[in-house]
Amino acid sequence: MDIQFTEEQDMLRSIVQRLLRDQYDFDTRRKIVASEQGFSRKQWEAFAELGLLAAPFSEDAGGFGGGSLSTMIILQEFGRHLVVEPFVETVVLAGGLIEQAGTSEQKQGFIPGIIDGSKIWALAWTEKASRFDFANVATRARREGSDYVLSGQKTMVIAAPWADHLVVSARTSGDDRDGGGVSLFVVDRRAVGVDLRSFKTIDGRQAAEVDLREVHAQLLGREGEGVAALEACRERAIGALCAEAVGAIGELNSATLEYSKTRKQFGATIGSFQVLQHRMVDMFIAHQEALSLMQHLNLSLAAGDAGLPRLASGAKSKIGYAGKFVADQAVQLHGGMGMTDELNVGHYFKRISSINIQFGDPAFHLLRYAQLDAAA
Amino acid sequence: MELNLSSEDAAFRDEVRTFIAENYPQEMRVPNPETDLTKEQSLLWHRILYKKGWIAPLWPEEYGGPGWSITQRFIFEQETSRAGTLPPLAFSVTMVGPVIYTFGNEAQKKKFLPRILSGEDWWCQGYSEPGSGSDLATVRTKAVREGDHYIVNGHKTWTTLAQHADWIFCLVRTDPSAKPQSGISFLLINMRSPGVTVRPIITIDGSHEVNDVFLEDVRVPVENLVGEENKGWTYAKFLLGNERTSMAGIGRSTRYIGKLKQIVKAEIPADDPAHLEFLRDIARIELDVLALEATELRVVAQMARGIDPGPAASLFKIRGTEIFQSITELTHRAIGNYGLAIREHPASANHFMPGPDYGHTASEKYLNARKLSIYGGSNEIQRNIIAKAVLGL
Repeated sequence: MDIQFTEEQDMLRSIVQRLLRDQYDFDTRRKIVASEQGFSRKQWEAFAELGLLAAPFSEDAGGFGGGSLSTMIILQEFGRHLVVEPFVETVVLAGGLIEQAGTSEQKQGFIPGIIDGSKIWALAWTEKASRFDFANVATRARREGSDYVLSGQKTMVIAAPWADHLVVSARTSGDDRDGGGVSLFVVDRRAVGVDLRSFKTIDGRQAAEVDLREVHAQLLGREGEGVAALEACRERAIGALCAEAVGAIGELNSATLEYSKTRKQFGATIGSFQVLQHRMVDMFIAHQEALSLMQHLNLSLAAGDAGLPRLASGAKSKIGYAGKFVADQAVQLHGGMGMTDELNVGHYFKRISSINIQFGDPAFHLLRYAQLDAAA
Repeated sequence: MELNLSSEDAAFRDEVRTFIAENYPQEMRVPNPETDLTKEQSLLWHRILYKKGWIAPLWPEEYGGPGWSITQRFIFEQETSRAGTLPPLAFSVTMVGPVIYTFGNEAQKKKFLPRILSGEDWWCQGYSEPGSGSDLATVRTKAVREGDHYIVNGHKTWTTLAQHADWIFCLVRTDPSAKPQSGISFLLINMRSPGVTVRPIITIDGSHEVNDVFLEDVRVPVENLVGEENKGWTYAKFLLGNERTSMAGIGRSTRYIGKLKQIVKAEIPADDPAHLEFLRDIARIELDVLALEATELRVVAQMARGIDPGPAASLFKIRGTEIFQSITELTHRAIGNYGLAIREHPASANHFMPGPDYGHTASEKYLNARKLSIYGGSNEIQRNIIAKAVLGL
């Protein structure tokens, strides 16, 4: 199941690698995170100039038609460098939803702004009671002429403080847990009635709780089809996040291996202790399995395979547990140094922890994997 | 689970319980006492216990201890931790105090012990160095005798709360030619001495608990040497023995499991299959706690009869820290999407945190708890101790 990458795909990877190696070392990243804005507009523009923000979009939409495999290539490198800029939020989540569900007018209206780097997007689906359930929506949408008016509260909207537009799920009919009554909307983040309360996330990014009071919005996709659209969006998100996780896992393993060969305790390098050798072998195996499963998932995404929902959940769970194991052990084997903010190891740990929560944790997806089998 | 208590011990337990309920300062009940209190606030309870005569359960009566039996000490530890009180600074009361009254001279006892008891002096521990970690015998910090002083040069690290400290007890190398463990001395250094610099180390939870301490040509009076020169390793090991007991943390784990159950109840509807999964995961941890608590009670009962658990005590450090890590992980998981948020440090009401109050410290505690399997002799080292000293491998 090894992927034979095309020349374009190899080129894309080298472009991203060169860019991040030259412009996104750990110290630069630290400064970006500590800056008031919390992300770098300059980096974002560089991503746009190199075509990264266009890569997955279809050629019809003005992209390069690279689909999920180009997203995978980009995100794996982003994971290695702990890139904080909202690529997943803007390109994969919002961009993917617009391309999938938007009218041709919406595609023409919104996608160019994503591709040229001028507009940043965020996806607002979580609510106080929703946990990981797309159908659990209390935010209401009321039709007013050709427009809709939204009221409610969204929580944990990653990148919202940076965003120009939000994709928001809201209820057009039914009770709070009725999946058939949920629709998606495009909201201007600076519109009247939109109020943000921002905070930091564990992985050095910014998010917000978003209050919506009588906010004018336009429908994205068909009324009542919001949950189905979000489910497809989640599959793409999992493909991207798993690629990022695999990038992070690989870096943690290299760093730990390197450290174990130089760090001495009791007159020997700690890498010479058998108990730690076996631990690192298990970390290596976890990486190999995660890499394979992640590629398998992204190939299936590219091919639009029928078994996608179950495979996506399986990958999110398995790679989530693998990431947690590797991150735990990388900190443990680095000892006190692994606990410090100064070393990158703890930051990979936190990025993996964050990936594990987004769109459902490994336990949630394990259960979903089992349930989708039983339903088949 | 309870010890079979005599009526005197039961009365003592009730007395401790009432005293805590009536005297523990409300001011100290903050979201995360370990990081959110000022130095003065964190000393409030210390001073109350001092006035009551309960500040140093381990100490002999002649030095200011309460003269409790092993059972009473255990009851006190259990009640204070179950009630969620912030323990008095261990570096002062549990660590350096016993070293001074066991190995120090009369002048040192007179000078330091009363100020440790009253909370006037705040102590920190100068053991770890950048190269040493769990292998403490590789101390590189040098102390060279010059007349009535030692001149100390070196770099200590992971020094907990050194930013508040008045004194640091240090392992220093006084004989560079001796074998690693034989050339070490135990020196008490005033943190106000010229040449002492403290540099904060921020940890992955964003808090400032630990520090680097740099010692550059620090002049330390010879009278601050504890015991004999080059015998420091003996005292250090004695002290570490004290550090490794009471690491089971049963009271704390029990309290956190209680909170976790409330969070799960509030966050996950009973008809969600995840609810049952959480109940099962919590049950598994509760059984771990139960088994460890039973082991602790068995050991306490044996100690009361004069049987020392010896190196087997390492199992309390291993299991106690693993259990607490699991609890913080599960709590972080229980709050779902809110686990993505983390408080900014220093904590301030001006920073918005989303979600219910009970989730606000879940992320930082989850991250902070990673240290437990590393510090105080990593869990790998503790397993080596059991393998060698208990199993004879």
